[in-house]
Amino acid sequence: MSRLPAVQGELIDRSAPVEFTFEGNRFRGYRGDTITSALIGSGVRILGRSFKYHRVRGVLSAGGHDVNAMMQVHCAGRSIPNMRADIVQVEEGWDIAAVNTRGGLVRDRLAFLNRLAPFLPVGFYYKAFHSRRWFPRWERMFRSLTGLGEVDLTASALSTPKRYDFCDVLVVGGGPSGLAAALAAANEGAAVLLVDENIALGGSGLYARGGVAGLADRTVGLIAEVRGHPRIRVLTNTFAAGYYADHWVAAVAPECLVKIRARSVIVAQGAYEQPAVFRGNDLPGVMLASAAQRLIYRYAVCDGRRVAVLTANVQGYAAALDAMAHGIEVAAVLDLRPHPGVVSQPLADKVAGQGIPIHFGVRPIEAIATRSGELGELEFESTAGGASRRVEVEGVWMSVGFAPASALLHQANARMRYERAVEQFVPFALPAGIHACGKVNGVYSFEARLADGRHAGQRSAAALGFSGEGAHRRDLESECPTHPYPIFPHPGGKEFVDFDEDVQIKDLVNACQEGFDSSELLKRFSTVGMGPSQGKHSNMNSLRILAEVRGESIDTLGTTTARPMFHPVPLAHLAGRRFSPERRTALDATHARLGAVWMSAGNWRRPEYYEVAGKSRDNTIADEVRAVRSGVGIIDVGTLGKVEIRGPDAAEFLERIYTARFAKLGVGMTRYGILLDETGIVVDDGVIARLGPECFYFTTTTGNSTTLFREFGRLASWWGLRVGLVNLTGHYAAFNLAGPLARAVLRPHTDIDLAEQAFPYLAVRQGMIADAPCRMMRVGFVGELGYEIHLPASQAADVWRALLAHDSRIRVAPFGVEAQRMLRLEKGHIIVGQDTDGVTNALELNMAWALKMDKPFFVGQRSLRILEKMPRRQTLIGFTLPPSPAGQSARRPKECHLVLDGDQIAGRVTSVGWSPTLERCIGLALVTPRVASGTHLCIRTDGGANITAAVAQTPFYDPRSERQRQPDPT
Amino acid sequence: MKIMTCPVNGPRAISEFVYGGELRNTPDPNTVDDVPWSDYVFNRDSTPGVKLEWWCHTPSGVWFIAERDTATDTIQRTFLFQAGQPS
Repeated sequence: MSRLPAVQGELIDRSAPVEFTFEGNRFRGYRGDTITSALIGSGVRILGRSFKYHRVRGVLSAGGHDVNAMMQVHCAGRSIPNMRADIVQVEEGWDIAAVNTRGGLVRDRLAFLNRLAPFLPVGFYYKAFHSRRWFPRWERMFRSLTGLGEVDLTASALSTPKRYDFCDVLVVGGGPSGLAAALAAANEGAAVLLVDENIALGGSGLYARGGVAGLADRTVGLIAEVRGHPRIRVLTNTFAAGYYADHWVAAVAPECLVKIRARSVIVAQGAYEQPAVFRGNDLPGVMLASAAQRLIYRYAVCDGRRVAVLTANVQGYAAALDAMAHGIEVAAVLDLRPHPGVVSQPLADKVAGQGIPIHFGVRPIEAIATRSGELGELEFESTAGGASRRVEVEGVWMSVGFAPASALLHQANARMRYERAVEQFVPFALPAGIHACGKVNGVYSFEARLADGRHAGQRSAAALGFSGEGAHRRDLESECPTHPYPIFPHPGGKEFVDFDEDVQIKDLVNACQEGFDSSELLKRFSTVGMGPSQGKHSNMNSLRILAEVRGESIDTLGTTTARPMFHPVPLAHLAGRRFSPERRTALDATHARLGAVWMSAGNWRRPEYYEVAGKSRDNTIADEVRAVRSGVGIIDVGTLGKVEIRGPDAAEFLERIYTARFAKLGVGMTRYGILLDETGIVVDDGVIARLGPECFYFTTTTGNSTTLFREFGRLASWWGLRVGLVNLTGHYAAFNLAGPLARAVLRPHTDIDLAEQAFPYLAVRQGMIADAPCRMMRVGFVGELGYEIHLPASQAADVWRALLAHDSRIRVAPFGVEAQRMLRLEKGHIIVGQDTDGVTNALELNMAWALKMDKPFFVGQRSLRILEKMPRRQTLIGFTLPPSPAGQSARRPKECHLVLDGDQIAGRVTSVGWSPTLERCIGLALVTPRVASGTHLCIRTDGGANITAAVAQTPFYDPRSERQRQPDPT
Repeated sequence: MKIMTCPVNGPRAISEFVYGGELRNTPDPNTVDDVPWSDYVFNRDSTPGVKLEWWCHTPSGVWFIAERDTATDTIQRTFLFQAGQPS
């Protein structure tokens, strides 16, 4: 067993055993154990297989980055892929298996790939598997050979909430410097939020204990102080995964994403310990010294009872002392440096004092496996020469340096430079409100980290206006914590730079020789840093190799920026609920009772038509059209944009935005207007009613109402006009009562005088309808006597019902959008956005009567003046087909069918349909002037058949528009 | 998420705002030639730098001007448009 006696501060509960299975065998751990620590504690050293060569792998970091120890976990009926064994706490009854094996971890049948490695050089895939013919086969093969966990496609959907949090100062990282920073900022009065990815606060202050007396106790004291501070809140088990603009940080908690808005951010995320690169550095048992320390102090387990420490810094000696303190035999300390530094010296003396051999100035040659495949020996030699030596070991602890966890700083636009004194990138120019402290800032010794954190906390608070001074002081390290080149090529290879992707030294060297010798290209070609750990253990070493190959300094090469989110996040955390609001008019329930078949129009749902049992869609719509032509119909037009404008400059404003004139429009009258953009393109149209000398009420099309109303506000502000605009779109309902009998239906319900002389075509009146105040307009959109009635939304359903129930001898037929489209097409009225598109200018619509070019100004007028002088590109015309019976036919044109002129495309059909009134197909088309001037046009229909249509004058129906002016018969 | 300060409503999340284009001087349509007018209508200056832009706080409908460095995406100040002021 590899479980140690009780360790002070261990996170496991020895009174609560947890049983689980791994690869089919039963194991036992304790509550608080990770999958890794429970397995190591049970003597299991092989935790997974590598991605490419299927080599056996064990612990590397034990800190959340062990990509070769990812598990498929079956629990509670779910199968969860890619659980990180080194941080996921194991639970009772879990059934766990390593990902990406065939036939199990130990007997993985894909292990043969390791022997093929010499035949799979860098870039092999790009060179060998590109033929179009064979690619699909290779793709299938590689997809089955590679990959990680398996997604359970039968899993039910998870609903993951999002949380929001706010603070003055966000401290990312709860190690010694983060704790000190949080306390300092809070003591100055700031509200502090401290997030840490680990289960418990403390960071390396609790696991890298060796050699500094009382270090753990002081860390525990700091944690207690933080936990008890009234202005500090703590989120553990939560990692800050991305920095976004203005101090907005995405934090990933176990169950949800927390969106944190801070006023200031202190990055105290520490550093990732980096591996040494030598042959066999991936054997189970070879791990980072910090991994071994985490296993000891958090979980009281050790992986190997006899270890060698490969070091180049004081942290290695500290780790050796930690090992000895827990009964782990240190076979030797191998120091890459010729002499220990001034900080290492006293610790080296302690280690040597216990009879441990220390070899200075050495380099590792190879970690050698025993016949059973486990780590057996470490071979090394002196850089001064001489024969190589071997030391028998069960473990190798690597402590050769660090790379800053600076992803958030990069994302915040901090500028970093490579500092030789610490052999790492450190920030030198930080944006406002961003601070860094601790190892990420190049500060390593315990006291210096506390001081650095304190200063960062004080600076951040001072910048926010709290008390405290804004001093910037950083204590320089007196011994470099990182080796400049811990990379040791071996003729036999298998020195792994990247454990995620099995990238070796020669792969990078070859990639550089092939010309991929910038950090970005090297990354893409060799895939270094592209695995799930995103290069946390490989980017720095690959950069060192690149610098060596190119003979340049690391500073000139620069480093890549890890994009947010820089650590993998479960997709469920990012998924959100669909939110596409649907607007319903005040009459929605009324339509539903009448059998409405819905369609969407902008954000709204509208009745397409009203279903009648036993009648087809087309016949139903045709009957709705006939009802309006012969009797009376009613349609909900409440989706129209409705705007009221008041003020001394109201008429002037309308003169400027619409093509029509309004200054002299009489009170009580309406006018049609077209709205253009500055290039003369048709944007919208509507009816503008004058309610008073300084008050107008007007409508916009359904889809444009929101953006147009907004633009009206901008124009009013820009032009400095004295107007107020109110958006009444949702406030008012509206419906159009149209047909020869409209007046008769309406008369008993309103106090407005409907007589033709009192309320003529195009007039507007205000009064009561039933019990509701209303604005009523005589409109002609569908080409019959028509009243568009606008009234408060709350009263619309009652009024509608009253009109429909009025008189059993007159049927008021509700009609839908489709019938209205046909009715207006029979009148040749355009729909902006259907009969026009984003390049249709106002001159092309043949509506010169609506363009008052002699006005002083309207938006688009100046461009129309230019367009007037140019040949017309296209023009909107009407066309008809010979009379035909109702019903569908394949040889009937549809919207967007092309109009041909010989073999050239000469336009397209914009609107078309079978008119129940004219009993033939009618339509509108945007065509070239040449086609428009002819008598016939050729339309290419579905299936490629051409049909000929006759060019026709619009309106097709009631060309003199007498019906909408219908005088009062009584 | 970015924060923008509406001159009326104070600092709000950027998702509450919409961009309304650069604040530009319209040439006098009665005197300008066709070519400079076409240039005004169709071309925009995309050179990164400090720009005056129209922004709208959509929940309240307040339009205002933001002085923004488009190279660094920093909003330097926001203010209500005053007719006749230099742009």
